[in-house]
Amino acid sequence: MQFIKPGINLDFVGKRKIAFTISLAMILASMVSLVIHRGPKYGIDFSGGTLIQVKFANPVRIADIKSGLSRLNIGISSVQHFGEAEENEFLVRTDQSETAAEGFAGQVEKELKAATGSDTEVRRIEMVGPQVGKDLREKALLAMFYVLLFISIYISGRFEFKWALSGVMAGALMAAVYFLSLFHVGIPFLIVVALVVTIFLFWFLNLKYAMGAIVALIHDVIITVGVFSVFGKEFTLPIIAALLTIIGYSLNDTIIVFDRIRENLRKNYKRPLEVNINRSINETLSRTILTSGTTLIVVIALFVLGGGIIHDFAFAMIVGVVIGTYSSIYVASPILIAWQRSGRKNR
Amino acid sequence: MKNLSWKPVVVIGVIIASVIYVLPSIKPELWPHKKINLGLDLQGGMHLVLEVDTIKAVESTVERITHELRDFLKKEHIRYADLNRMEGNRIAVTIADRTNMEKFEALLDKEFRDIRILSRSADGESLALVMDLPEGETERIQKMAAEQALETIRNRIDQFGVSEPDIRRQGEKRILIQLPGIRDTERAKELIGKTALLEFKLVDETQDVDAALKGTPPPGSEVLYETKGDPATGRVSRIPYLIKKRSLLTGAYLTDARVQIDSQYNEPYVSIKFDKKGARIFEKITEENVKKRLAIVLDNKVYSAPVIQEKIAGGEARITGNFMIEEARDLAIVLRAGALPAPVDILEERTVGPSLGTDSIKKGLLSMCMGGILVVLFMVVYYRGAGLIADAALILNILLIAAGLAGFQATLTLPGIAGIILTIGMAVDANVLIFERIREEAAFGKTPRAAVEAGYARATLTILDANVTTLIAALVLFQFGTGPVKGFAVTLCLGVIASLFTALIVTRIIFDYLLIHRKMKTLSI
Repeated sequence: MQFIKPGINLDFVGKRKIAFTISLAMILASMVSLVIHRGPKYGIDFSGGTLIQVKFANPVRIADIKSGLSRLNIGISSVQHFGEAEENEFLVRTDQSETAAEGFAGQVEKELKAATGSDTEVRRIEMVGPQVGKDLREKALLAMFYVLLFISIYISGRFEFKWALSGVMAGALMAAVYFLSLFHVGIPFLIVVALVVTIFLFWFLNLKYAMGAIVALIHDVIITVGVFSVFGKEFTLPIIAALLTIIGYSLNDTIIVFDRIRENLRKNYKRPLEVNINRSINETLSRTILTSGTTLIVVIALFVLGGGIIHDFAFAMIVGVVIGTYSSIYVASPILIAWQRSGRKNR
Repeated sequence: MKNLSWKPVVVIGVIIASVIYVLPSIKPELWPHKKINLGLDLQGGMHLVLEVDTIKAVESTVERITHELRDFLKKEHIRYADLNRMEGNRIAVTIADRTNMEKFEALLDKEFRDIRILSRSADGESLALVMDLPEGETERIQKMAAEQALETIRNRIDQFGVSEPDIRRQGEKRILIQLPGIRDTERAKELIGKTALLEFKLVDETQDVDAALKGTPPPGSEVLYETKGDPATGRVSRIPYLIKKRSLLTGAYLTDARVQIDSQYNEPYVSIKFDKKGARIFEKITEENVKKRLAIVLDNKVYSAPVIQEKIAGGEARITGNFMIEEARDLAIVLRAGALPAPVDILEERTVGPSLGTDSIKKGLLSMCMGGILVVLFMVVYYRGAGLIADAALILNILLIAAGLAGFQATLTLPGIAGIILTIGMAVDANVLIFERIREEAAFGKTPRAAVEAGYARATLTILDANVTTLIAALVLFQFGTGPVKGFAVTLCLGVIASLFTALIVTRIIFDYLLIHRKMKTLSI
């Protein structure tokens, strides 16, 4: 069986202007959503607070839950449905983290049972103090930072097999980061600076493939974060894990297309770059669709069947896989053309 | 094909080893190896991060030194105008006249050598000193406090009886506690968090409690409460006592604490036993204070304040206070394990009930099976014979991940299951890359054998590279992640390595076997 016939030649490169417009629009929408919502919405892992997952034997009303909990005086900030509707599960969230007191779970159970008249089971309590939340936030950002750092170093050497250059890259990046860390700047700022330095170095050292890859990667992460922000979903530790996996996945796709481009450039160096790139995308199209397809199958299975706790993680992965596939075709490769157009020599 | 001879041997060896590691998790009685660890999110349990308030440990040390100093001054008949613990863990002393000044300085040199003198102002007739502990010493006290708290908590948990608890230091003064499978989380939390400082103090009978409540208590005394719950009415009453601040004896001298049942009232109480020194002190206290009331105070709560009838020798006492049997049991545990050197705060708590854990396992496995079956079917439909080979590789892949989890004694969490599911989707990628190449090469008119050869040769480097990026992400996650997320990183790492092995080595062997040994002439791909 074949989805994509051999010798297919769809004009991907010709549509790159449209793709650029779409990408820009999505990035803009992400930024706007982030600005409107005042940054990403943090889950209790990062903001601190308490999360209580309760299950009722019978259907109950959210208003009853709220009135039951109001007697505990724990400053309920939200009560929402969790998982499938017929399971009568709810997530209660408060910003307070003083709930580690004696007998808290028992009190919650008692009050909720009294208010809703239904048997109540507290299935999960997560309390994160503000200090730990801050630590976890820092840790998550550091993890992002290191993944980006190692990956930029890896791809700078990898694509053109100039490992000496990659050493220079690593040195320059580390120096920049060290210099900044002397001023005790925040980690988000550090990440932005590291990225700017990376892009500048790729440009300066003429690493066009690495440039394409890193731009595609930033594109994917921004849009995934943006989609999360638009849907009002919270950032938790597993979501950070999903983001890092998306970075790896997106790059994986890009590497495969780029490898084919270099192979074709060697074989058919007389053809214009556009033709070679378009041909490479078409040749790997079958693989791209298959792999994204199987990965999508499993993450959708996880999304549908995996239950409430893993729901958002699966959602992030679905978004990431779709965007990652799109970006390796429509973002990473056209960057190469843009690079050539801008007058740098095509080596 | 020379290398065909050793590769199958390696593969078969790996498969056998994997089966050996995985079997105990499926049928525990078959094999005496450990099962795959389930994370707290899957088996239920409690995760706590505590912070030891080590500053308090320094404070109480300074307090103790102040007391000691006062005792010495009394003993050596050195008169002082003022001696107090000040803000910032400093001790201020003022000595009024010259003779006492000299004696005091001699005392400091002899008995309190590790105290640092911060400032000294002597104006002829009086000497004012401000002293504190040198930095090295406060650091040592803080470190000791954290270590001791860890040991004490470990003791308590051991005696409480939790299977396979994980208790470790985290950073300088934090303690991470994981109690898998624990049901009564509230009780465990109380047991762990109690400071359990047991003190024997005299009741101040020079003044009425009510007067002290209205005005200020006399210096050297304070008001502490006894809480009494009436089991019949469920009402809780608080009885105030005026207690002298000075503690005559502490729980540090205990050797044992046991729950016993009072035969007369059929109520549980805790009997405690002192060591030799403690017994001597206790004897002396009771001897000197007959007919006075001695309060038994735990964490600044009065448990009882009986009148001393006569001198008590033998070093045994009992703590009563209408306990439930479980309360008495927990009290005995904390007394045996000793007091925490400083109070602890709960910074982070994650509790998962056992039913939720079971649900998570069910749902995780269900989505894994569904996703797996869909991918397996898809591969067969799309690649037919070659698809079957890829499916065999996929199943082996899952076996290898499970074996890796069991072999490294890693922990499987819910995100970990998600990692396996993700690997199922991504592991076929390597095969897809190879198969697509083989198809291309075959389309050029190459023989099946040549096409397979070329397909593997050209795809290998790309596959390696593509997997390195995922591995980088997974390794960083492993380094920074905790708990469930770390479980994800583990399965992702294992999955990447397993899929490299199966795609590049195992499927190749199957192809070679079919094409060379079975002399297959056409490729089903």
